Formats: sequence, C-alpha cells, structure tokens
Amino acid sequence: MRTWLAQHFAAIRGATRRLVASPLGTLLSLMVIGIALALPCAGWVVLDNMSAIAGSTSGIQQISVFMTLDAGRKDVSEIESRLRQASAGEWRFVSRDEALKRLQSSEGMSEIVASLPRNPLPDAFVVEPDDTHPKALERLAKTFAEWPKVAHVQLDSAWVKRFDAFLRIGKLAVVMLAALFATALVSVTFNTIRLQILAHAAEIEVSKLIGATNAFIRRPFQYYGALQGALGGLFAALLVVGSGWLLAEPVGELITLYGGSYAVRGLSTTGVGVLAAAGAALGWVGAQLSVSIHLRRIG
Amino acid sequence: MISASAVTKRYPEGREALKGVSFEISAGEMVFVTGHSGAGKSTLFRLLAAIERPTSGTITVNGQNIAALRRSAIPYLRRNFGLVFQDQKLLFDRNVLENVMLPLAIVGLPAKEARRRARAALDKVGLLDREKAHPVALSGGEQQRLAIARAVVNRPTILLADEPTANLDAESAAAILDIFLAFHQVGVTLVIATHDPLWMARSSPRMLELEHGRLVGGAA
Repeated sequence: MRTWLAQHFAAIRGATRRLVASPLGTLLSLMVIGIALALPCAGWVVLDNMSAIAGSTSGIQQISVFMTLDAGRKDVSEIESRLRQASAGEWRFVSRDEALKRLQSSEGMSEIVASLPRNPLPDAFVVEPDDTHPKALERLAKTFAEWPKVAHVQLDSAWVKRFDAFLRIGKLAVVMLAALFATALVSVTFNTIRLQILAHAAEIEVSKLIGATNAFIRRPFQYYGALQGALGGLFAALLVVGSGWLLAEPVGELITLYGGSYAVRGLSTTGVGVLAAAGAALGWVGAQLSVSIHLRRIG
Repeated sequence: MISASAVTKRYPEGREALKGVSFEISAGEMVFVTGHSGAGKSTLFRLLAAIERPTSGTITVNGQNIAALRRSAIPYLRRNFGLVFQDQKLLFDRNVLENVMLPLAIVGLPAKEARRRARAALDKVGLLDREKAHPVALSGGEQQRLAIARAVVNRPTILLADEPTANLDAESAAAILDIFLAFHQVGVTLVIATHDPLWMARSSPRMLELEHGRLVGGAA
C-alpha cells in the first residue's frame, strides 16, 4: 500500500515536472482547454440567469380567473372552495372594487376611471400554481374555465411556452457545445500526450527493459492529462467568473431600466469544482487513449 | 538456474539466428558467450532477457519457462535480471545518480532508500564522485560502468551483458572485467556476450561458443 502510494505520488511529481518543464507549451494547452470549457460553461450560466430572471418576474406563472360581471358572493365562495379543494397552489381574491381602486391609482388612469358610469371590472382570482410546468398550467387553466360563472381564464401560456422552448433549445445547444468541446479537449490531450510519449521514448524503452509494468509507464502520462485538464478547467472558471464580473453591472443597470432588480448569478464554488473535475476526467480519457495507442509502438 | 533446450529463433525474413541451442548454466556461474559477429550472441541475449521469444524450444530461468510467459509477467521476470546493453541505453536527460535510481523507482522504493542504494552501486563501479554529472560528460568506459551500476542496483541474481566492452579501449575493458569478477565473487550469475580476447585470457571462464547460430562448444 505504501509502495503503491509512493509510486502514485512519484507519478504526480513526474507529471508536474513535465508540465513545468515546457511552460509555453503548457500555457498554450491550458488556454485551448480553458476556452473550450469556458464557452459551454458560460452558455450554461447565461441560461441559468435567464431562467432565474424569468422565474422572478411575476405574471408569468400566474393564472388569472375572471368571473362574470353578474357573479355574486355565493359564486365567489363557490370558486374559493373549489380552489381550496383543487389545492392548486397559492391564490388570492381580487374583488372588483379593489381592482378599480388599483386602476385608479395607476398614473393617468384616475380621470378615465372617474369618468366611467360604473365599475366595468369583474371579480377575479389570481392563482400561483405550485406546478409551473407549462403543461400543468394549461391543464389548470382548462379546469378553471369550466367552473361556473367563470368568464375568462387568462394564462400567458404562449409566452411561457415560447420562453420554455427557447430555454430548452438553449440547453440543448449548450449540451451539444459541451459535447463538441469535450471532444476537442480529449483530442488536444491526446496530441500533447503523443508528443510527450515521443519526447520520452528513450525513457519508456529503458524502463520497459528493466522491468517497468505498463501501468508504471502509463501513470505519469495519465496524471499529466488529468492535471492539464484540471488546470484548464480552473482557467475556464477564471474566464467565466471574470466575464460574469465584468457583465454584472451593465446587466443590472439594464434590468433596472426595465423596472426590475436582479443580481447576476455567477459560477458557484461547486461549479468551479465541477469544471476542474470535468477537465481532469476528460484529460485522463485523452491521455488514456493516447498511451494505449502510442505506447505499443515503443519497446 | 538458466537452461535452454533446443532453442531456435527464426526471424520473419527467414534468417535463422539460433538453431537448436541447448545449454545449462548453474547459479553463481560466470559464462562467456562468444562467436563471430552475427553468430547469434545478441539474439541469445534478447531471448534470455525475454525481449524476444524463441520460435521453438524452451528457456527456463529459476524454473520458469520464459518462452511461455504472459506479457504481463515479463516485467517481474526482468527484475531478477541486471541487463547491460551494447549501446548502454542511458538516459541523457538526467544525471548519473538519477539514471541508477530508475530501476528502484520502478519497483517503488522510497526515494531516500533508493538514493542510498544507488550511491552504493555507483561506489562499486567507481563513479560515486560523478553522481551529479550527466552521461554526456562521461567517457565511454564511464558510461559503461554507469550502465553496470544501473543493472546491479536492484541486486539481481543474474547479470546479462551484451558486448559490454564493444567500443572500449583495453584499459577501460579491463576495469569493466574487474567489476564483473567482483560480482562473480559475491555469487551473482553472469552471462556475458563478448569477443574480447583479453578477457578470456585473464579469467578463463566457461565459454559458450556460437557459430552461425549453432552451439559448437561449452554446452555442458
């Protein structure tokens, strides 16, 4: 066990030495890997922020249930009890008087409201469903529409659907991008390891001749690939965090101009860890592929 | 300790480098393999070291038939051997001490212990004061002694050497022979391919004489 650990530490030391030995080459590889990982990661962060903004914007995931104008107290309490039974989520009753008052308080509306002969607004319920999946929302809206004395159910479902579809396409694009760049990362590692193997051909040959196992010979290359991938992942994290930091203020300003407030979500510590781990895993895969192909030709 | 029975090695192009070679070498023996160039000395060396496999016949080392060994078992077999190559196969990107430490790194010896043993091996071949030097800075004789230090640092029971004095002057060759004789005295089995007449005169060892791939003398 101690021997095993010592050999792994020695392999990690060897891999680090090899990385440091050619700083320019290492730096270039790290940049390639970093940028390759940063692009899908940045896409993911953008999508994450968009769905967060969408989630925090009220109105999207609400269903407004408007009663008919002739609906009375009894009808209202009927709907109330039905909503309670359906346990569809939070809901709130907006009486026609309250709605009128609100309208009056809106800028420029008070005169118009005052000129109205009678209150044209119906009683209404605003439901905030627990399940905000577009299909669930639609199902609920359909159910509400069939209840007595309900004149109109308004679900901004087209908007929700469009946005949801957009997010889904975005996610798919990010996944495809990630797959492409993962392949690129594996290829980059494959090639650097190939060059490494060529550079150390003599050492590999001699080691084999004096009793080195294949595992012993592979180990430093695998660690090299993993280490390079992990460092590339950290470099990618740096790029994403850096650009997030640069964008946070202008985006905040833009959202303020639209009358909202939102703090941009950057890359979490877990995200950084995941990036480094993904880089390490992909680097290891590339190195493993490369050694299994190129080591056979030596010795 | 080492026995070969009807060993034939035929290369893909049809050349037969060894033809039905049989011999026995017991533990602690020192044996010279001699013969004109192309007689099959290097082929025998490569077969004994399991670098190549015989086309037919068996070679057993410590009771193991190395001709039928699994690939994955070969590294462990090699650790019983000290190998000295004709072209030394030194690593020129590291210093003398690091060259000698390589076999110990392979078996996973801690660096401190490895350094101690590598220095002991360098001391035996008279290179202790050159441990920081790089192989390029060494003379031909010194490079060969370094190769021997690397071969024995693992304390192998068998030392195989292929033309260890091929490109050396008489004085350096004599020094190498002294080192080999010292190992012989402490019980290491030595198989040395050579055609150095000086050596044979000085040490009168048992000789395996090869001629065009056939053993013509010393089979015993």
